[in-house]
Formats: sequence, C-alpha cells, structure tokens
Amino acid sequence: MSEATEESNRRLLRARDAMDRTYAEPLDVPALARIAHTSEAHFIRTFRATFGETPHRYLQRRRVERAMYLLRRTDRDVTEICLDVGFSSLGTFSRTFREIVGQSPSDFRREKETRAVPACFAMAWTRPSSFGEARGHRRT
Amino acid sequence: MLKSLAISQIYVLDQNKALDFYVGKLGLKVKEDQDLGFMRWLTVCVPGDESREILLERPGQPVMDEKGAAEVRDLVTKGRAGGHLFFTTDDCRKTYAELKAKGVEFTDEPTERPYGIDAGLRDPFGNHIRFSQPTSKP
Repeated sequence: MSEATEESNRRLLRARDAMDRTYAEPLDVPALARIAHTSEAHFIRTFRATFGETPHRYLQRRRVERAMYLLRRTDRDVTEICLDVGFSSLGTFSRTFREIVGQSPSDFRREKETRAVPACFAMAWTRPSSFGEARGHRRT
Repeated sequence: MLKSLAISQIYVLDQNKALDFYVGKLGLKVKEDQDLGFMRWLTVCVPGDESREILLERPGQPVMDEKGAAEVRDLVTKGRAGGHLFFTTDDCRKTYAELKAKGVEFTDEPTERPYGIDAGLRDPFGNHIRFSQPTSKP
C-alpha cells in the first residue's frame, strides 16, 4: 500500500469522525469532502471503497445507533428521539430502524439495558452492521 | 495465576512521529527506547505508573512480509486495527483543553457517560484513544 493510500485512509477517517460528531445534522458532503481533501464525487466513491458503505449509509447507522442508546437510556418519546438523531420523518426513522436493527424502536426499547462500557466500544458494537443488515444484530 | 498487565502493544506507522505524539503531546514518558538490531523496542508509560508499558511497534519485516505490513498499515489508517488505549484523568475537561491547545485531533468532546466524563481522540496514524474521569473506581 502506498503512502498516498494511507494518507487518503487517514483523511477519510477524519471525515468519518466528523460525521460521528455531527450525526444529527444533514449530510454535508461538500464539507466532508473538504476534510478528506477530495472532490465531492471522489469522496463518496473513495469512502465506499475504503469503509464498504456509502457516507449516507454510515450516517444512517450512526443515527440508529444513537437512537438505540436513547431508547434504552431515556424515557423520551420515540418521535422526539427520531428528531434528535437527525431524521425528519417518523416513518423514515421507523422503517430505517427496523431495516437495520430488525425490530421496531418500541420493541427494541422493551429489552433489557446492557452494562455501560467505554463509549468507543459501545458505539462500534451497538451500531448495527450494514453488512448483512438485521441478521447480524442479534447476539447469540 | 496471572498478576498484572505489564505491556500492551499498538501499531504505529512511524516510531519517531509516535514519540512526538505520545510523549510530546499526550505527555507520556519513554520507558524504554532500544535498538535491538531486529527491532526498535520503544515503550511509553504514564508518568508515575511505570508498571504498565505500551509498546509502540512498527509493522514490517521480519515479523511480517511487505504485503502483511501493508495490510496492517491499511487497517491502522482506517481506524480498524483495534489499537484502543483507555486512560484515566482527574479532570477530563481540563485535560481536553490542554491537549486541544496542542493540536490533538479529537473524535469526541468531553461527555457525561454512565462511567464518568470522557473524551476520545486519534493518534496521527488512526488509533483510537480515550481518557476518562471516572465516577468511581472500577
């Protein structure tokens, strides 16, 4: 692997970290492309080649992961949580949540809370996979 | 019976840059820096806690071939190498401000978590690091 690829990976990772921080805001491809030092079209293509999914899909999973946390840790209404994590429509939120997690937000909320672990691990492991969708989520 | 964790390891792509970051910015201390011939044995520790060392290892020959090293470098720079380090601090927000002023790249600002206040950052290579002000002793 060339140094240019390593540098590209690192810049894309920086852009992905920015998405993690601003998950509730609309996907801002021009800003992310600037962080990654690429054109907008090249950003989407290289992001997908590097991380295996589009920036849009990554953001959806980040929002759903955050929604999963809020459903379990707060008493807030599902609609409020939907808006909090960046979805503008309850229908889209519920459909996306079910597609990724395999359960409705309300059903997910009823399950037992898990132990609090360091945030980086919780973020990574409670974030439902986009590589197999709902099938990969349930622990055995 | 195992007694303690003495050395843990993460991959860094350049040991001199790693020193600049881990010692120059994070404030860790060099525990050992020796040229063993077959490798540079470079470890750092938290000042005052020399019983736990972190080996800053460069992927490459002879422990792995060039293809293997390239795969490791690829994973590190994608943030997928698993090199997580978790430190504690007495004052998370103060530490955050100090490191931010030194140009450290943060992934998360100080945030209240069930286990304390913590923040996340990356080293220059892509490894993820957190430091926490715990609410109670683990």
